[in-house]
Amino acid sequence: MKRTRKPGISRRSTLALMGAGAVTFAAPWVARAQAKSIKIGMPTILSGRVAQLGTSSRNAVMLEVEKVNAAGGLAGRQIEMVIRDSKGQPQEAARIARELVNTDGCEMLLDGEASSGSFAVHEVARDLGVLCIHTCSEASSLTADPKQHIPNAFRCVRQGIHDSIVGAGYAAGIAKAKGLKKWATCSPDYAYGRDTTGEFVLYLKKFAPDVEIISESWPKLFQPDYTEVVTKILQAKPQALYSCLWGGDLTSYIDQANIYAMFTQMEVFAVNMADYTALTVVKNLPKGIHSGDRYIKTFPPTPENAAWGDAYKAKYNEYPTNWSWQNATAVMFLNEAVKKANSTDGKKVAEVLAGLTIKCPFGADGTVTMRADDHTLVGYAIGWGTTIPQEPYVPDVKAGDWKAIFELEAEWKKSKGYT
Amino acid sequence: MILVDLDALASCLASPSCLVTQTTSGLIIGMLLFLVAVGLTLIFGVLKVVNFSHGAFYMFGAYFAMTAYQLTGSFALAILSGAAGTAILGLIFERVFMSRVYGRDVLMQLLVCYAFVLIFDDVVRMIWGPEFKSMGMPAAFQVPPLFIAGGVVPPYYLLLIGVALAAAAVLGLGLARSRIGKVIRAAAHNPGMVSALGINTGLIYGGVFALGGMLAGLAGALAAPVRSLTPGMGFSVLIESFIVTVIGGMGSILGALIGALLIGLIRSFGSLGFPLFTEGLMYLFMVIVLVSRPTGLFGKEVA
Repeated sequence: MKRTRKPGISRRSTLALMGAGAVTFAAPWVARAQAKSIKIGMPTILSGRVAQLGTSSRNAVMLEVEKVNAAGGLAGRQIEMVIRDSKGQPQEAARIARELVNTDGCEMLLDGEASSGSFAVHEVARDLGVLCIHTCSEASSLTADPKQHIPNAFRCVRQGIHDSIVGAGYAAGIAKAKGLKKWATCSPDYAYGRDTTGEFVLYLKKFAPDVEIISESWPKLFQPDYTEVVTKILQAKPQALYSCLWGGDLTSYIDQANIYAMFTQMEVFAVNMADYTALTVVKNLPKGIHSGDRYIKTFPPTPENAAWGDAYKAKYNEYPTNWSWQNATAVMFLNEAVKKANSTDGKKVAEVLAGLTIKCPFGADGTVTMRADDHTLVGYAIGWGTTIPQEPYVPDVKAGDWKAIFELEAEWKKSKGYT
Repeated sequence: MILVDLDALASCLASPSCLVTQTTSGLIIGMLLFLVAVGLTLIFGVLKVVNFSHGAFYMFGAYFAMTAYQLTGSFALAILSGAAGTAILGLIFERVFMSRVYGRDVLMQLLVCYAFVLIFDDVVRMIWGPEFKSMGMPAAFQVPPLFIAGGVVPPYYLLLIGVALAAAAVLGLGLARSRIGKVIRAAAHNPGMVSALGINTGLIYGGVFALGGMLAGLAGALAAPVRSLTPGMGFSVLIESFIVTVIGGMGSILGALIGALLIGLIRSFGSLGFPLFTEGLMYLFMVIVLVSRPTGLFGKEVA
């Protein structure tokens, strides 16, 4: 039987025409959207015990993104941030990171996760090949270990090993000057606490060989009461105490140690004290606690840094945190790298990022560098000082020497078998 | 790394100054824990429900105290508002929600309580913010510690132990001697009969729950000057209170006191002898008690 075909336009060709039309009309729209905005995804911790840090990361990113967008965006494309809460769970961070790229169409990632989550996001970046800048994880191995190295991931964060070298150098100087030989440590019982304390002690003994550790305490993370730890340390009668407790744990510890007058009986080195989240919360901050800088608007003592801290405070009604400056710096790096590459293509941007030096309010000499060989941030302001109970809280920060840091870091990498 | 340091423990036991410091340190930890645990055990004894949201009252006590202290500058008022605020909260919570699940499946009770753990944490987050807070030590107690036989004892902790002991005494005597105490004990034993005698058991239940909440709130308020305040701060205290009630025996006030003091002393001396195993020591002790006396040290056999 012969099939009859009506004259005119068939259904099939109508569909084809419509399809072609759709493509013709939609194509410029897609192209225009691409030219107009670029989505950057960011998993970070917006709920739970460390929500304050995640929020301060988001705040800092938005502060900088507004500036970049006002100046025309990344290579002419406005930045659109897609920020999601991982609740601090690594598996959730990884899931969100993947979704941000695959479903939301984010072309770059800022990884605002703590150490545990950042390793998970790093694997997603390895798998998807998307440009990823870690902005919060201080764990040295994330970039020091060559097994972790991928061309599309960078770390724009201070690093545990740098802090240990500078802190131990500073502490050793005081130990020698004041004859502090008997030391105690008190740090939270998890990877960060153990590693950081171990590295600090290692370098302290290297710089001041007379030092011996006579008492160790490892309270649980988020422990509410430290009385037994405080009295144990008092019994041991050390001349100095090192602690890397942080946040609410540190402020609890200080309040509880204060009523035992611990701070008059020994020199206390608390690397995480000089952070506004802790400084502004403790009501009776003892004078003379030694601390590393986290973020403080008086160090580096430049007008640019002070202005940035004030601008943040004016906008969000609180001072920035350590996570804030790192996230802000990441956006500054992206902005400069895209300018140089004259492209928002992740691969091209990554090529420029490696080894890039930019002007930055948080640089030890006004600049910071994304080191080419291990894709990690160097040259940032790093130092130690002693506290006073009111602003500026740490009036005089002694800057660490980056030359010495580089030498000892290279030795450390060798000893770990990383180089 | 030092795993077991029996020398440190032995030399401490031999030195009066160390003994005094560590014993008071154990008492402080124990007495705060007692205030929370005794509320838990009281509510269980009378109402026969395990109040898993008990830690929230400790948290609210601390936040109420901090706010009152910031507003008035008076430490006494801070403690009072911590205790009174949580008592009212406890009463409302019991009448509106808990009273609906008495006699129901334990899972149902657990679910309601757990829901409120989350809700209360979020309420605190909404009112006071997610970041940790510190109340600060009142000026009167910002003084150098006392030295008793060479041991260090902070004056604030003496107050804390005193208040907790007073609460324990009032509670113990009140339940044993007063008329209300008798009614409460009767209601715990046979609520049907008490009700038949024309006593409003709903009122008794609400009152006991409020009392339990108040004690936890008092603990929170007393702890506020030395512990940082965060949403969810009640959780770890709740866990330790459960250990205390399991050791002391569910429903026993004396058991809660002894259990809490034992836990306090285990922590303070354990941290010297077993620096890496202090937490574990608590659980180990609980296991030993459970194996040798499944009802706890002062718990009564359930017929």
